[in-house]
Amino acid sequence: MTGAAGTDALRTMLLIRTFEERCVELYSAAKIRGFLHLYIGEEAVAAGIMPALEPGDRVVSTYREHGHALARGVPARSVLAEMFGKVEGVCRGRGGSMHLFDVAHRFYGGNAIVGGGLPIAVGLALADRMAGRDHVTACFFGEGAIAEGEFHESLNLAALWRLPVIFCCENNLYAMGTALARSESEVNLTMKAASYEVPAWSVDGMDVDAVADAARRAVLSVRAGDGPCFLELRTYRFRAHSMYDPDLYRTREEIARWRERDPIDAYVQVLRDAGTLDDAALEALRDETRAVVDDAVAYAEAGTPEPVDEMTRFVYAEEAAP
Amino acid sequence: MSATEATARTMSYREALREAIREGMQADERVFLTGEDVGAYGGSFGVSRGLLDEFGPERIRDTPLSEAAFVGAGIGAAMGGMRPIVEVMTVNFSLLALDQIVNNAATIPHMSGGQVQIPVVVRMTTGAGRQLAAQHSHSLEGWYAHVPGLKVLAPATVADARWMLGPALADPNPVIVFEHGSLYNREGEIGDTAGPAGDITRASIRRPGRDLTFVAYGQSVWTALEAAETLASEGVEAEVLDLRVLRPLDTDAVISSVTRTHRAVIIDEMWRTGSLAAEVSALITEQAFYELDAPVGRVCTQELPIPYAGHLEQAALPNTTRVLAAAREAVGGDG
Ligand SMILES: Cc1ncc(C[n+]2csc(CCOP(=O)(O)OP(=O)(O)O)c2C)c(N)n1
Repeated sequence: MTGAAGTDALRTMLLIRTFEERCVELYSAAKIRGFLHLYIGEEAVAAGIMPALEPGDRVVSTYREHGHALARGVPARSVLAEMFGKVEGVCRGRGGSMHLFDVAHRFYGGNAIVGGGLPIAVGLALADRMAGRDHVTACFFGEGAIAEGEFHESLNLAALWRLPVIFCCENNLYAMGTALARSESEVNLTMKAASYEVPAWSVDGMDVDAVADAARRAVLSVRAGDGPCFLELRTYRFRAHSMYDPDLYRTREEIARWRERDPIDAYVQVLRDAGTLDDAALEALRDETRAVVDDAVAYAEAGTPEPVDEMTRFVYAEEAAP
Repeated sequence: MSATEATARTMSYREALREAIREGMQADERVFLTGEDVGAYGGSFGVSRGLLDEFGPERIRDTPLSEAAFVGAGIGAAMGGMRPIVEVMTVNFSLLALDQIVNNAATIPHMSGGQVQIPVVVRMTTGAGRQLAAQHSHSLEGWYAHVPGLKVLAPATVADARWMLGPALADPNPVIVFEHGSLYNREGEIGDTAGPAGDITRASIRRPGRDLTFVAYGQSVWTALEAAETLASEGVEAEVLDLRVLRPLDTDAVISSVTRTHRAVIIDEMWRTGSLAAEVSALITEQAFYELDAPVGRVCTQELPIPYAGHLEQAALPNTTRVLAAAREAVGGDG
């Protein structure tokens, strides 16, 4: 990416990083409860894919979705207020960290069942196809989901019906404590997609430019009606699976090696080398993202809890279907 | 070690389960443990920590994220003569394996005219209360207890966690074990031999009382005991009956308790509609109707997906306040 697009991608990655580092503090302070899954280390994936999407396109995600939501433009304050369990949150405090929904941004969750989002993505794409809209649906999931039947059923169905889905597999090498090679007989993930006649590329997920290139290609092909695509985004989570995970299944050396490939540091270097970023500009970006996060914290703190007698609202629809 | 020393042995619910698994594996080499992250990770709730080193990867068998396949494989292995303990991380994910449990494990012994036995134990965490939001907070014990062919257990105490697994493994039928997520850190005494905790047919009175029966299982037993303490200070003696076995239900225990106390409040973390509490209530109405001095009360989870926000979640669950209100209503004017 060049010029403003490059700066935007860096800004997005910095925002995600700053936001989540603050989340860790807020979790220790018991402001955020439940499960908290961090995206730190994987920022280049969300920051590379989202710019390729149009406002009408749709996103389906997992419980590790703060980065996807922020990169999609869901306001940090509404995300954090959700994690504080406040009415001002995207889901009025009902969903929390794992279930961010923001339909205005075409963001369809936040799914905490591994593989659970894939069939939904197929259905959203089916709706767009049947209604004659040229939107695409980007569906994020971890490599662990590939072992679930829902992955295979969804890829086959999307391919069979030539639906506009981009399957974005974030391969961070571990599903909780289970390394890929301990859960897949065939570790070449693109081959699995290819077996359903779904075009598949494996991409360096630590390189935001590489991700952005692949995303543009995929969106072009999928929007043109050529059926689904599969992107394997090779990445790594720098933190434990969740705040409950003692992280005993990876070596410190391995984590350190991946940290040397920090997608933010790497991209700062790229932009510096290209002459589009200097110290002052970087500092300004950092200040800007810090201000966004400070604002989000203040907003979430000042938010209001849902009155208990409103608790059963939205179990059923309050309005007739459009 | 003297008998009294042994009897005073205290451990956590988590450790009790681990010791039970270890004992089962030592006693019978056909027993193995399988499921997601049971090995290298030590179990998502830490139950199997250390067992991989002790028994090796053949018998502490990690699986991919493939609930339908590994639960089904557990069922098949049981058909093939093994004694699998399948750990499904939580009941929420067991929905992906429901087909295997309901369509295979529960039907094949009968459908085959008794030719096939399926001695599999499927353990899973259940329940809410930890702000994990709707998809991680289900209580679906009654769904499983609905199905003939399955046996369903809900150990609420550390002793039950320690001793119910043995008879479950010895049982020739598929046995589903529900471990409430709030219980793993609970400490308690286990005794030196199984005693009544080693039975998987009977309910158990956790607190005797004459004025009212609380019927509960799992975490709700502790909610009931807490409420019973408060009631005692008001002069109301509540009996707490822990069902322990959700299928087949120990009907006699329920009926005999209600026959003594004449009042019943059932506490169940399932949603009220179609809950296990509904079944227990119907049993009481059918078999002890003329013993009742008040309508049977039910305290269940409110009819909504469990919300993330802590205050909403607590309000949705059968908390002590709601249990006390139901108890006071049951004992009414003459309480
Ligand atoms: C069906 C199901 N099984 C198990 C779990 C528990 N669980 C949550 S995340 C996870 C690991 C998923 O790994 P992966 O798909 O690679 O995504 P990552 O967490 O690495 O982003 C597991 C086992 C779950 N949420 N859903």
